[in-house]
Amino acid sequence: MQQEQFYYDNKVVRNFAYASIIFGLIGMTVGLLIALQLVFPNLNFGIPYTTFGRIRPLHTNAVIFAFVGNGLFAGVYYSLQRLCKSRMYSDVLSNINFWGWQIIILAAAITLPLGLTSGKEYAELEWPIDIAIALIWVVFGWNMFGTILKRRERHLYVAIWFFIATFVTVAVLHIVNSFEMPVSLFKSYSWYAGVQDALVQWWYGHNAVAFFLTTPYLGLMYYFLPKAANRPVYSYRLSIIHFWALIFLYIWAGPHHLLYTSLPDWAQSLGVVFSVMLIAPSWGGMINGLLTLRGAWDKVREDVILKFFVVAITAYGMSTFEGPMLSLKNVNAIAHFTDWIIAHVHIGALGWNGFLTFGMLYWLFPRIYGKELYSKKLANFHFWIGTLGILFYAIPLYWAGITQSLMWKEFTVEGYLKYPNFLETVTQIIPMYALRSVGGLLYLIGVIVMTYNLVKTALSGKLIANELAEAPALTKEYGVAKNEHWHRWIERRPVQLMVLSLVVILIGGAAEIIPTFLIKNNIPTIASVKPYTPLELQGRDIYIREGCNTCHSQMVRPFRSETERYGEYSKAGEFVYDHPFLWGSKRTGPDLHRVGGKYPDSWHYNHMLEPSSMSPGSIMPTYPWLLDDDLDTTSTAAKIRAMQTVGVPYPVGYDLIANKDLMHQADSIKNTLAESGIKTASNKEIVALISYLQRLGKDIKLTTKVQ
Amino acid sequence: MAVLVLLIGISLLVAIGFLMSFFWSVKDGQYDDDYTPSVRMLFDDELLENQSKK
Repeated sequence: MQQEQFYYDNKVVRNFAYASIIFGLIGMTVGLLIALQLVFPNLNFGIPYTTFGRIRPLHTNAVIFAFVGNGLFAGVYYSLQRLCKSRMYSDVLSNINFWGWQIIILAAAITLPLGLTSGKEYAELEWPIDIAIALIWVVFGWNMFGTILKRRERHLYVAIWFFIATFVTVAVLHIVNSFEMPVSLFKSYSWYAGVQDALVQWWYGHNAVAFFLTTPYLGLMYYFLPKAANRPVYSYRLSIIHFWALIFLYIWAGPHHLLYTSLPDWAQSLGVVFSVMLIAPSWGGMINGLLTLRGAWDKVREDVILKFFVVAITAYGMSTFEGPMLSLKNVNAIAHFTDWIIAHVHIGALGWNGFLTFGMLYWLFPRIYGKELYSKKLANFHFWIGTLGILFYAIPLYWAGITQSLMWKEFTVEGYLKYPNFLETVTQIIPMYALRSVGGLLYLIGVIVMTYNLVKTALSGKLIANELAEAPALTKEYGVAKNEHWHRWIERRPVQLMVLSLVVILIGGAAEIIPTFLIKNNIPTIASVKPYTPLELQGRDIYIREGCNTCHSQMVRPFRSETERYGEYSKAGEFVYDHPFLWGSKRTGPDLHRVGGKYPDSWHYNHMLEPSSMSPGSIMPTYPWLLDDDLDTTSTAAKIRAMQTVGVPYPVGYDLIANKDLMHQADSIKNTLAESGIKTASNKEIVALISYLQRLGKDIKLTTKVQ
Repeated sequence: MAVLVLLIGISLLVAIGFLMSFFWSVKDGQYDDDYTPSVRMLFDDELLENQSKK
């Protein structure tokens, strides 16, 4: 059989690897900063761009999409070429993929601190960036399928299947969840409202974990672990079985993020059942990974790369055991909204994604630079300080989560809440927050050491940009005729054709179906629930801009401990005009769904200026700019029109007179503030925010009064 | 909760897509041999001659 010679592209791998390191450093530094802000609120610096609510999304986006994202591209571009015995399909597409992804990250790094956010967790980026993500993702898929089609190895190694599943599913999830109505270039409203938005969001959110942080990394595990150990995977058959089982189960588990919320019960149960089943294929992967090292544990003692992989796979096993457990309603009732969840995701992120990336990088750099690793000692130091960092990060947060949850739920013998003041349950766990920052710091030091080690390795060698390889051609080749009809080009590419048509169908289908189908379904079931007034709508957008929902939930669950503390539990019908929903996923501060009318306007005014003046010991940042900045009322009309498009029943032509109502309401708030001795102009942002906060959760109280 | 219909529909669509690719992979003989691929991926022939650019 005739041998063909060709070159692997290592340059794109190098680029992605460096991008992963750089953004890893940035993302983790921001993570450390926000961890410290919970202990020392002054570290918010009193300016908008560095406040917790705005840079927490920056941290999550940087770590997930920049650090892990670039890491997965580096790993896929390296392994796919070798598994297919072929160079990437197109260098141009590789470059577009690389630079496009970096520009998206840059756009995220600029827009998120500016407060330009859609308000949906892990999908905060605004609509123009969403479109760019979809396009670059398709470029990645195109390049990948092109490579698969011109492969010289007939068998698709199991890792490739994981990559394919990643591409297809992330594309679908991203497009469906990002369906939004633009108001201006950097402002949009989610097309879905309330419960429906919540369901779409967590269908996406959970599968982002599944198909962005899990499946591609399992693929990488199946490539880099056998390579590093120089022995085949324990059971190739198990890898195939657990792959198919995993992708069929994962996509149904999303509703476990919404247990005890206003989501219909049967949908919650569906999520629970699938989440529990998921333990089987997840542990299939973990067992397969760990048993690959059976009889080779002496190698693990010697080889730091294998050490990283062992901890990564163990962390994967831990978090995929914890996941199904947390999906049980009784466990979820304790853990949800607490730091337990933060600990859980960091076992996954720091352990599984982080350590697998580090092991992979330590393995890659010597190979693409043709030089031994600069220092094994430093790599070992990184391993130990990183492992210690994970423990110091996770254990205090588990402790904090359980402590706080039990305090929320504790009653005295007389039947009153033992800790009626939410703040007491916060100050109790601040030492844990401090310890957690130490863990984060240790982990970050490890990454800095790794960066030094890898750069030294790179400098001592020379990049083998094009690596020669040899393989026989696959016998079945498509002949290319000269002067052929243009359509032959796409006909020879059935997979791209399928993928492209899938994308087209989904966009088209979504555009057709969603408006007609969903909006009619949003008819309120509670007659007293009315759309937000223009001022409240503007205030709500300030709430979204400042990321209040990163620390405050708006979902009172039907537990006595919550109805005692906050008031009536939340009903699905109350959220029908919430584009997007703002239920939140974490209660660093108290729930706000029933905050309307609880405090006077002046309380909110002083609280925003200096939270600790109203609640001594509060760790909430200060928001002085809300008191100084003027509300931009030029956007009101466009916002009302956008809301009308997504089905909020403002009267026809209301956009033209909305600002008149807005000023009227603002003046009345100004007057109540003046009665409490606070002088402010009615056109300040704080006035709009107060109007929104005072409206929250009040509509259903009106019905009670009437009855 | 019409969105449930939408999400289940899309999820089913994705699942059916995967099911089809599963059937394809079985029919194509991808899994006829469930051992040697795991060994073959370990071998990358290192070619050292004319390592320079294409």
